[in-house]
Amino acid sequence: MTDSIRIVGLNKLFSSPDGGTVAAVKDVNLEIGAGKLVTLLGPSGCGKTTLLRMIAGFEEPSSGDIFFGKKRMNEEPPNTRDTAMVFQSYAVFPHLDVFENVAFGLRLRKLPKIEIEERVARVLEQTGLSGYARRSPNQLSGGQQQRVALARCIVMEPKVLLFDEPLSNLDAKLREQMRVEIRELQQRVGITSIYVTHDQVEAMSISDEIVVMNAGVVEQLGTPHEIYARPASRFVADFIGKANFVPVKTLSGDAVDINGVRIGVREMPDLEAGTSVTAVVRPEAIHLAGDKGDFRGTVRRVMFLGNIAEYLVEIEGLGNWLVDSPNPAEAGLFATGDTVFLTPSPSSIHLLR
Amino acid sequence: MSRSLSSELRQLARDPILLVLLAAIALSIVVFVVYPLIKVLVASVQIGGVWTLDGYAELAQRRLYRNALMNSLGVATLVGVISVAIGYLAAFVLTRLDVPGKTLLHYVTILPIVSPPFVSAVSILFLFGFNGLITRQLLGLNDFSIYGFHGVVLSQVFTFAPIAYLSLRGVLASLSPTLEDAALNIGATRWQTFWKVSLPLSLPGIASAFLIVFIESMADFGNPLVLAGAAFPMLAPQAYLEITGSFNLSRGATLAIVLLIPSLTAFAIQRYYLAKRQYITVTGKPTASTSKIVSQPVKWLLYGLVIFFALLVAAFYAVILVGAFTKVWGFNYTPTLDHFLYVFDVGLDSVKDTLVVAIVSTPVSGLLGMLIAFLVVRRSFPGRTALEFGSILSFAVPGTVVGIGYILAFNAPPLILTGTLTILVLCFVFRYMPVGIQSGIAVLRQIDPAIEEAAQNLGASGLTTFRKVTLPLIAPAFFSGLVYAFVRAMTAISAAIFLVSANWNLMTVQILNQVGSGRLGVAAAFSVVVIVIVLIAIGIISYLIGRWSRHTSMVRFK
Repeated sequence: MTDSIRIVGLNKLFSSPDGGTVAAVKDVNLEIGAGKLVTLLGPSGCGKTTLLRMIAGFEEPSSGDIFFGKKRMNEEPPNTRDTAMVFQSYAVFPHLDVFENVAFGLRLRKLPKIEIEERVARVLEQTGLSGYARRSPNQLSGGQQQRVALARCIVMEPKVLLFDEPLSNLDAKLREQMRVEIRELQQRVGITSIYVTHDQVEAMSISDEIVVMNAGVVEQLGTPHEIYARPASRFVADFIGKANFVPVKTLSGDAVDINGVRIGVREMPDLEAGTSVTAVVRPEAIHLAGDKGDFRGTVRRVMFLGNIAEYLVEIEGLGNWLVDSPNPAEAGLFATGDTVFLTPSPSSIHLLR
Repeated sequence: MSRSLSSELRQLARDPILLVLLAAIALSIVVFVVYPLIKVLVASVQIGGVWTLDGYAELAQRRLYRNALMNSLGVATLVGVISVAIGYLAAFVLTRLDVPGKTLLHYVTILPIVSPPFVSAVSILFLFGFNGLITRQLLGLNDFSIYGFHGVVLSQVFTFAPIAYLSLRGVLASLSPTLEDAALNIGATRWQTFWKVSLPLSLPGIASAFLIVFIESMADFGNPLVLAGAAFPMLAPQAYLEITGSFNLSRGATLAIVLLIPSLTAFAIQRYYLAKRQYITVTGKPTASTSKIVSQPVKWLLYGLVIFFALLVAAFYAVILVGAFTKVWGFNYTPTLDHFLYVFDVGLDSVKDTLVVAIVSTPVSGLLGMLIAFLVVRRSFPGRTALEFGSILSFAVPGTVVGIGYILAFNAPPLILTGTLTILVLCFVFRYMPVGIQSGIAVLRQIDPAIEEAAQNLGASGLTTFRKVTLPLIAPAFFSGLVYAFVRAMTAISAAIFLVSANWNLMTVQILNQVGSGRLGVAAAFSVVVIVIVLIAIGIISYLIGRWSRHTSMVRFK
């Protein structure tokens, strides 16, 4: 049966070449509910892979505890943890064909031949590999190898599924397709899953919850929507999507003062009026017009991206803002040097503490 | 530091099999590699139970020993230079130029590697000896002597140029030809491209090949023993003569230490200085590697030189083959099977013994080599670097030194092994493991560790992972380790000559005895038998490995 995972005060120190130590993971506490898919998201070097490898048992925590259900796993070697991991490089066994790759773990469990064949066939079916059982891995495309790696994990019916940037070697289209397949498969088998990625779109699209990490520390834990709409820190706001950081002063009532203009906000943190804070204004939450608005600015750069046009607008006293304008018609595009007016939508301004 | 040490120790405690394995391997390396060397060192500074440096002082005073040292160093240096020149030329032509017959030329060029150590020496005697085909019969020279400096150099170049070739082949093949294209593209002439790009890039490889040949030449025993002659003493045969001729163990040990020092120095430079300076520009993308830096006439000139060397190799072997079927070379060229009859009658025991020793030591050496390579690359434990160093150390130790060390170490309690099969097997296992270890390490470093982690993640224990995943993946290295171990066991002489006995005798020692008593025909017949066995064995090993890991050729490294 699948397990919940609890991580308590987990630290991982590596010795650095100069003789000191570097903390790859710092005092991480997490609860992951049974059957949930949770993403560890962060830039490279943030400790997400180290955390995953500690859960798999490939790295030993320097301090702290890892529990699967009620069982403490710290001393458990990787081969008896009953986790199954999809590796970034797939790590498909190159000397075994697809069937034998998938059967590898079952054979180690010494299951009856019939049962192995049935289970492998079923999983190959689920992952769309039925016709490829006797192919050698290097006769497969990247996406197919990825499916073999996935099938090899699912067939074990493990307590926990682990994904270490599984899609980063695939091209963009295939990545989107596999992301959907992984999510659907995970929901169907209902195994607790931890998914490491540095791609925020990937994280947003497949997760029940996202853990944003930076420099070994958990910056924020929340649903994709919470993390986007209410980032806990400047780092999170910047890493997830694009953001304009605007210095504001709080006013009484649910409003702030931006450069002398009063703008309403959705949620007011418990702050005294007149406090200086930073507001996060998402580029898509700003309306751009040629005639009137809250702020006046000059277009410095235009990039037409198809579904949106991305503008860089210089506002006197506020610096440069990114503004995304949806459904840009060719005639309606502003040009570099044009004077424009900007109106932030009050419901999407988020104040950082 | 202490933190990582304690975490390494904790990991060891979690894996008792690993712990036991490591302890066993470390112990056996200490006993069979390090301990004999220490015995040699002790014997050289302890005469009649008294600690003294008199042995070295005496060596320095006596002209014979001074000459032996200078001769060995001189020969090794010259052989190194010539071999590297030939090796570089052959490697360049056969890896970078578009010429016909490359595969055939490759195999002919490396043929000397798989043959017993006396093939070239015996061929040279056939061709240039007192009754030599060229010197006596064709040129009618009566006062020409092949013995001495030129004879040894000629024979060693023939023996060791293929080693330089193989080593440089790897270097040249790993240099991206796009660098040359880039130089040509920005306006360099072909000469400038060669001198300023190609050559500097391969310089560390050239130096490394030189040092490898230098080590081999210093350690070489067979060629000097046959061709140096009394007037041209050299270290390795001199140490042997001191022990077997004058029963002077401590002087033999002292000479062995003198022989060991330049070899170890060259090894240290090669391994710890040059190895870090190799320019490897493999991109993972295969590129058309045909070099454009030689013009057509130059290309065919270089090709001609390589063909010439290959023909020379072929001629040496032809001479051996003909010699083996010739009644008395130089006097009576009637074809005969007498020499082979002798080999399979009087010499049959040594044929059997050699095969037994080779067949027992080869798999042990191959497997142990892969296991050590695996532990060194994939496991962290205290003393890992020391284990790696200890296990490849014997590559740099001349066989003569090892042989003396073994008789000093295992002729007295607690381990009395002299005169047994065991001592020969142990000697060969620990002497010829390093090549397997080195290639195992090289191949393993290219295999994504995630593949082994995946096996563990799916429930395989450490040993199962090694057996079911690692070993099949490093099959090419395993193959070269096995072949090398077998070839060396069939062709070894320098250490083995101290360890053979009435019960266990080897063909190479027989060849030496026959050469010593002037029966070159029998020596040639023995050599032919050794070569045939080696070629058959390579065929069998490659068949077995191929069957055992059918998908090896499909292995794609990250």
